[in-house]
Amino acid sequence: MMFLRYAIYRFITMLLTLWVVSILIFVIINLPPGDYLSNQIAELRATGQAEGVAKAEFLRTEYALDRPVWHQYLIWVGMAPGPQGWYGLIQGNFGWSFEFDRPVSEIVGDALWLTVLVNLAAVLFVYLVALPLGVLAAAKSETWIDYSAAFVGYLGLATPNFLLALMLFYYGNKYFDLPIGGLMDPRFEGEPMSWEKVQSVLLHLIVPTFVIGTSGAAAMMQRLRANMLDELSKPYVETAKAKGLAPAKLLAKYPLRMAFNPFVADIGNLLPAMISGSVLVSVVLGLQTIGPSLLTALKSQDQFLAGFILMFVALLTLIGTMISDLLLVLLDPRIRYGARSG
Amino acid sequence: MTPLLDVSDLSICFGAADPVVRNVSFSVMPGETLALVGESGSGKTITCRSVLRILPDTAHILSGSIQFASETGPQMDLLHLSERAMRSLRGDQISMIFQEPMRSLSPLHRLGDQVSEVLMLHRDMSASAAKKAVLETFERVGFPDPERVWKSYPFEMSGGMRQRAMIAMAMVAKPELLIADEPTTALDVTTQAQVLGLIKDLQSEIGMAVILVTHDLGVVANMADSVVVMNKGRVMESGPAPAVLGAPAHGYTQKLFAAAPAIPKVAAPTRAEKRNDTILELRNVSKTYTMRAGGWRKPQVVTACHEVNLTLERGKTVAVVGESGSGKTTCARIALGAETPDQGGEVLFRPRANETPIRVHAMSPAERIGFQRQAQMVFQDPYSSLSPRMRIQQTMTEPMDIHDLGTKAERCDKAVEVLEWVGLDASMLTRYPHAFSGGQRQRLSIARALTLDPVLLVCDEPTSALDVSVQEQILCLLENIRDRMGLSYLFISHDLAVVARIADEVAVMRQGVVVEQATPDALFYAPRHPYTCALIAAQPEPDVNRPIDLNLVAKGAGSPASWPEEFRFEGIAAPALTELAPGHKVRCHV
Repeated sequence: MMFLRYAIYRFITMLLTLWVVSILIFVIINLPPGDYLSNQIAELRATGQAEGVAKAEFLRTEYALDRPVWHQYLIWVGMAPGPQGWYGLIQGNFGWSFEFDRPVSEIVGDALWLTVLVNLAAVLFVYLVALPLGVLAAAKSETWIDYSAAFVGYLGLATPNFLLALMLFYYGNKYFDLPIGGLMDPRFEGEPMSWEKVQSVLLHLIVPTFVIGTSGAAAMMQRLRANMLDELSKPYVETAKAKGLAPAKLLAKYPLRMAFNPFVADIGNLLPAMISGSVLVSVVLGLQTIGPSLLTALKSQDQFLAGFILMFVALLTLIGTMISDLLLVLLDPRIRYGARSG
Repeated sequence: MTPLLDVSDLSICFGAADPVVRNVSFSVMPGETLALVGESGSGKTITCRSVLRILPDTAHILSGSIQFASETGPQMDLLHLSERAMRSLRGDQISMIFQEPMRSLSPLHRLGDQVSEVLMLHRDMSASAAKKAVLETFERVGFPDPERVWKSYPFEMSGGMRQRAMIAMAMVAKPELLIADEPTTALDVTTQAQVLGLIKDLQSEIGMAVILVTHDLGVVANMADSVVVMNKGRVMESGPAPAVLGAPAHGYTQKLFAAAPAIPKVAAPTRAEKRNDTILELRNVSKTYTMRAGGWRKPQVVTACHEVNLTLERGKTVAVVGESGSGKTTCARIALGAETPDQGGEVLFRPRANETPIRVHAMSPAERIGFQRQAQMVFQDPYSSLSPRMRIQQTMTEPMDIHDLGTKAERCDKAVEVLEWVGLDASMLTRYPHAFSGGQRQRLSIARALTLDPVLLVCDEPTSALDVSVQEQILCLLENIRDRMGLSYLFISHDLAVVARIADEVAVMRQGVVVEQATPDALFYAPRHPYTCALIAAQPEPDVNRPIDLNLVAKGAGSPASWPEEFRFEGIAAPALTELAPGHKVRCHV
């Protein structure tokens, strides 16, 4: 019951945060002088293409770029009627991309769920690798196991992602016949979902997951190791030992459980770091995620496209932190019952 | 009769260093209580941990043997038993209680789970049978509602309750030997009496032997059948408790006795002289905190202290005594201006006699800087109150740097001078704090507080982290400095015996309220308030012939509703402090 109330409270604060984020995003995008269309108009004038100017002027009024920024914002979000009536983000209209001359939803469409897929795979990879390695390194601290785990970890942290990507593509293709670039075989693009398509996507995911995940996994592993070492010297570990608990069981039941908190709390931080980190990787690997579109949109001041992508990333981040907060409440009685003892 | 545990010629070392335990031998008879007494670094903890073989990885056992002869089983050599056999012994036949009940239980597991784990490990029990046994044990160790305890987490309970839970965990498998490592050091006196009484009762009930590791001779006198005194890894003296405590033969044991603070047996109090040179005055000081725990819960109001009035005469010491959570530290922080009292309270500070006093919580910035020079604090924990990355010289001259006093050379000279006051010398200036022992560090933090030539020192439990013999030295030092330099102390402590020795006036606090206030003579000669009486009665004395009735004093003062009519009250609606005799105020209805 208390958990439900907390979950609702947390959800409402998330919506409020998202709202504040949307204001920030819009203001920051509009900070540089001018907008996509006025830049275009100026360019058209300079090259003497008068007929284009008329079209651009039309678009400017059509998308309300001639109004003050705060009014543009309200129209974009859908909190005020624009030229097309009440039709903004809230109503499900993601806006128009001037750069690509298509609706944002069309450009972003497929890339959205591919982004989520790639990053979820990477997060999963981070946890699956970091958990056992971190625990092992702490339990066998200052032995060759610990040292080699640390060595691999530092390699992962220190190697530039794109370099790792290129190396993996080359050797992966040479020895394991892994595909190079993209997230699926070109012949499946635009095709309906099928078993073959899923297989192709999975096969293409291997290298990107590894590339995006290694540095995160290495950092996470070191953090878990440090946490575990702290916990291992706590008196309750000694109590458990004095009870006659066997080492492996002891490790899993007490210190690991304690060291788990920061691990869970990191879910929220991991998502945005990965998405922004994966932009470059996506360009290098030719992944059809939203990363490359974001880069283009920001460069050309394509405000609705950029705004939407940033909103999407913010939403993922907020959902991530919400999930980790809720998990922490479930996992840690001290947070759950904090009030009862006070 | 064969001893239950026989330790002979045990030597242990860390790495390649000198042994920390040297040729230690002792034996424990079935059902007997053996006290292992010593100060920190004496090797007592390492010795008893080696019995369970839960030593740190870097420790090596150099020589010796530990024989365990269970009544039911064969004699076993604990040092050469396989790890698996050792595990089945731990928690089953030999169990252990640790010093810090706050940290020795996992905060993330329910108590029921942690305690029943012992049975699941060692007995072939179904979960429901184990639960039944655990609930019985919970009831036996004095929990009124075992079902609730089963479902509780450790952080929901007070220190004494947690130690009960620890005892339940150690007892649930009915071991033959219980090792209690400083089980009551972190607890208040009345709670200490409860826990000791409980251990004693359980011991007579199931007939187990107990090794009690402690530095408190008062506890030893009340618990032990035989005593082993250790110093620097060696056994100094051992024998039956009456012999060792009654007529200590070894010089070290005698020294320990001399240093053990005790509440003095006093004659009728002399009339307190009246002087009117107050340096610090707390008037009607209250402090409430509003706790906000998450955005959806109702804030709670906690009263830390309530209408405290204290007057400190120049050159004297006023002590505030109370158990943990009584609000004594809050008082100290308010006196130094680190916290603001609630509306209506004020703190007056008079730097020199016959000057107009400064109101500590309404100072101008210039006055504040002056005040900070004149009022300094000595903290409880000398291990964490000195920066480990600063040389002593830097630590000592920093206050003068901040207040921009003197040239660099003068600051250095001053540091040397102050170090000499506290019994240290100039050669220590270039070292780091880790090179010093606990007592030396506390000297350093006293020296640090003295560099600015303050007139007022607030000492927050300055000796409670120290060994008894070191405690004695530090108290002497504080007294000397006070008398030589005319300092005034506001002294915060939980230890009546320490206070009895240093204070000119004592205020006893209970849950934020001063219940009795008098000179130590008056207070210890004729304590009036039931809470003060309970505190004094619960203080164990190092004398086997005067044991305290653990079960009686364990009850403490109880709740105010159970007190005699004239002291009774509810909530914080306590009666006013009434002056029953000159200088002896008690909170009662007249």
